[in-house]
Amino acid sequence: MAGGVARFWREIPQRYNIIGNKCGSCERVFFPPREACPHCRRKSLGKMEDIKLSGKGEIITYTIIHVGPEAFKEQVPYPVAIIKLEEGPQITAQIVDCNIDEVKIGMKVENTFRRIQEDGYTGAIYYGYKFKPVKE
Amino acid sequence: MRDIGIVSYGSYIPRYRIKAGVIASVWGKDGATISRGLGINEKSVPSIDQDTATISVEAARSALKRCTIDPQDIGAIYIGSESHPYAVKPTGTIVGEAIGATPDLMVADYEFACKAGTAGVQSCTALVKADMIKYGLAVGADTSQAAPGDALEFSASAGGAAFIIGRDNVVATINHTLSFTTDTPDFWRRAERKYPSHGGRFTGTPAYFKHIISCATNLMQKVDTKPEDYDYAIFHQPNGKFPVSVAKKLGFTYDQIKQGLIVPYIGNTYSGASLVGLASVLDVAKPGERVFLTSYGSGAGSDGFDITITDKITELARDNAPTVAQMVEDKEYIDYGTYAKLTDLLYWE
Ligand SMILES: [Zn+2]
Repeated sequence: MAGGVARFWREIPQRYNIIGNKCGSCERVFFPPREACPHCRRKSLGKMEDIKLSGKGEIITYTIIHVGPEAFKEQVPYPVAIIKLEEGPQITAQIVDCNIDEVKIGMKVENTFRRIQEDGYTGAIYYGYKFKPVKE
Repeated sequence: MRDIGIVSYGSYIPRYRIKAGVIASVWGKDGATISRGLGINEKSVPSIDQDTATISVEAARSALKRCTIDPQDIGAIYIGSESHPYAVKPTGTIVGEAIGATPDLMVADYEFACKAGTAGVQSCTALVKADMIKYGLAVGADTSQAAPGDALEFSASAGGAAFIIGRDNVVATINHTLSFTTDTPDFWRRAERKYPSHGGRFTGTPAYFKHIISCATNLMQKVDTKPEDYDYAIFHQPNGKFPVSVAKKLGFTYDQIKQGLIVPYIGNTYSGASLVGLASVLDVAKPGERVFLTSYGSGAGSDGFDITITDKITELARDNAPTVAQMVEDKEYIDYGTYAKLTDLLYWE
């Protein structure tokens, strides 16, 4: 994550707490947060309100990564899924705490706080969300 | 110190486990003998993306799920650990941000071997008593490291527990707390070293037993109680044998300590150890029950707590987060190769 510390720091609210935003005009929820609502455009300006999303949702689709980026090479094979959050937005995240053959479309998942990557043994550590199956 | 105490609590134990027998076979030792000797069957292992910060966040979020307090009312966070992910850059800043308690609060990381978490509980209790904060969050968590082949490898594990301390809706009143501290070099880790060193047999009598017995005896004298006045007792648990033995020496029965004795199933979570035991007691405690806790941190010191469960425990949404027993059961076994990869044994200094 070259030059990543500043960018990471700006994204802490999204990465730690899944802070999205909501259009005050049509009530649509966005993650990551948007400057303006793409549906209401000018009508939404000044009406976009930050909201903390529940961090709960359902797997829409997923893939198993067998050859990952350098920072994830110790974790392969691992699932990455597109998750539809309860509030509507879709989010892409790694699925943890389950075997790769247990991951299914429609599976209920919730967010968990994990290390995402680090700049080697001497650099910064980047934390954020991953998702895990909801226990019945 | 009436009416100040635990408002909510949460704990976290990673899912991976390695059996003592699996570690023993790598080093040509007999697993059954070691398990019996240590009183540890298996230990928890953090996944590659977990550390003291992530465990602390999960435990703190569980505590918040069980109550209705606004995280913005948390005025202090103390994280006790000997495995803070950074040497310089407080774990408490990450936890504070992740639970939505920043920016108007006091934060510091504590280090006192296995009792840094209970030291945080004491600080929060004092700050609430002084009316300097409304709520304080104290966490004890570790992803403890042991050198490959060292005796500690059978016990050093990962986990933690978080406690919100305050005056309103107290579920467990902290009636009294005191400490016993000396300079005793039984176990240490020098700055910038990855693995700790220990004084072998020296770790028992002059260290663990002396400090816990002195602290516990002083506390019972101070509050005028006897072991039989307590429904539950929790002692620091570096292995499954020491807490059973110290309880017996003090006059507590096995029935009093078993609910808080978690080390046989997850190993020694260091700063988390006695506090995960306390969380396990709070998972089942009923109004009016009395709890005795004595932690131990090498170096050395003990913190003692005399606690009474209040009627409010029945209003706490305990089901909103997993119990210690549920997390003990939710596990996946790994082999030594996976363990080596997950705990970074392949990196050698
Ligand atoms: Zn809109």
